[in-house]
Amino acid sequence: MPRSALTGSRIRERRMIRAMRQADLARKAGISASYLNLIEHNRRRIGGKLLLDIAAALEVEPSLLTEGAEAALIATLREAAADRPASGAELDGVEELAGRFPGWAALAADQHRTIAGLEQTVEALTDRLTHDPHLAASLHEVLSTVTAIHSTASILVDTKGLEPEWRDRFHRNINEDAQRLAEGAQRLVAELDAGQRKDTTLNAPQDEVEAFLSARGFHIPELERGGEATVDEMLDRAVKGRDLTSASAQSMARVILQRYAEDAAQLPVQAVATAAAAMERLDPAALAGRFGVGTGRMMRRLATLPDALTAPMGGPFGLVICDVSGTLTFRRPLPSFPLPRFGAACPYWPLFQALTRPIVPIRQRLRLAGRSEGRFIAHAVAEPLGPLSAGVEPLFEAHMLILPDPVETPEGARRVGVTCRICPLDGCRGRREPSITAEGA
Amino acid sequence: MSKTVLVIEDEPNIIEAIGFILSRDGWRVAVHSNGVDAVETVRRRAPDLVILDVMLPGRSGYDILRDLRAESGTADLPILLLTARGQSRDREMAEASGASRFMTKPFSNAEVLEAVRDLAGG
Repeated sequence: MPRSALTGSRIRERRMIRAMRQADLARKAGISASYLNLIEHNRRRIGGKLLLDIAAALEVEPSLLTEGAEAALIATLREAAADRPASGAELDGVEELAGRFPGWAALAADQHRTIAGLEQTVEALTDRLTHDPHLAASLHEVLSTVTAIHSTASILVDTKGLEPEWRDRFHRNINEDAQRLAEGAQRLVAELDAGQRKDTTLNAPQDEVEAFLSARGFHIPELERGGEATVDEMLDRAVKGRDLTSASAQSMARVILQRYAEDAAQLPVQAVATAAAAMERLDPAALAGRFGVGTGRMMRRLATLPDALTAPMGGPFGLVICDVSGTLTFRRPLPSFPLPRFGAACPYWPLFQALTRPIVPIRQRLRLAGRSEGRFIAHAVAEPLGPLSAGVEPLFEAHMLILPDPVETPEGARRVGVTCRICPLDGCRGRREPSITAEGA
Repeated sequence: MSKTVLVIEDEPNIIEAIGFILSRDGWRVAVHSNGVDAVETVRRRAPDLVILDVMLPGRSGYDILRDLRAESGTADLPILLLTARGQSRDREMAEASGASRFMTKPFSNAEVLEAVRDLAGG
């Protein structure tokens, strides 16, 4: 059983509400103050009799301190409250709210998520009107063609005694331009139309793509060797089945599926699974070497093997890919290792470290601060995208494969977060914005 | 000897039309339709005036303009900038990049002639 996310933080919070000193609570529970301090900062496990003693000393239900399923809900409610500080939501009552009125709490959390999604959609749409390069290019083309026709037509009308060769030539030009104008106008309408369709989709395209892949467990038998569909056919079905409604989601999915098909062609499922399972310690870089492929490709393959094959190795495995701007371009989250939906990830992830040491494979033990304090082994690598060529600046991307760590008390684990807002680590040099969770608050 | 105008624009029929009216007006017209080596072409041809489109294949007209203004040989060269969007922000950007004059598509032949004559006279 994973230990509750915020048990320590909750003990601390409860104690503060009761204005009780750490030493007093420790004495009542029969432990040292320094041990209690470790517990309160989520650095020691707590359970059994000690938890009951502390709950009794704080005069709360033990479940109020441990209820794991509520942790995510409470985190979302805190986030909602932090977004609207003027509402004066009683933060010290958030757990009571979630405990006593779980339905109302879930409703508020759900609405908060919906609003965040809508805000993102609005932002994307506003952005589109001012910055959409396709729209701007289409508009420019139409206006340029109009200019050419306008200018040519007035030459024909205004120039007295225009030589027949010139006249014929300008007539031809006008005819050509008129045709191009018709096509350009159609393209412009299509661009605007696409904007309107996008308008009716509430989900961000990334969400659609992720849902599409997630529904298949990130494994697509149709695209495996000897599979029965091409990328185009897969996309066709997804569009018909309304799995991918927006044009952006479709083009993102196309890129991902094409890559998948290439990976599948080079790395047969069974061979990779057998070789991986035979390794004493799963090492994507070494495995990639054995198959003669890049480490990133091997990571993608390991994260998209059927769950039944990865389960004996502790799988399924999480995977996240980013470009050099830090934008996450592919996400396979694990239930215990969520990946941020909106906003940026923790800068201490080995994923970003890899970008500072291109080509070098990195293996790093991680503990996820805050939520489940889960233990993971991350493998990361940054590699150039596509073939290299002299004089052409290479574009790098980084992959990070996330494996659950079987070791109970790992040595040298780095404590990282998911994203600043829900990360309880205090004194973190990488912090970009204040946390809304309790520790260190 | 007649003066030279360099038209940097990727729309062939605009080039032809502008080229026609300007040469009838007594200009020698040179054309270039690619953004990447536009700065180099201006340097090499040393025209008396440049008509520059903002949206070119390979490179933005604003960038070309900034580069030209940064060089001593072309810092004061009269440059007429063509854009397809007449919003005030584009006008500001054109001025900030150092355009001598700014014209929004679609424009008329008379407007181009007037602008070119003004710039050459001034």
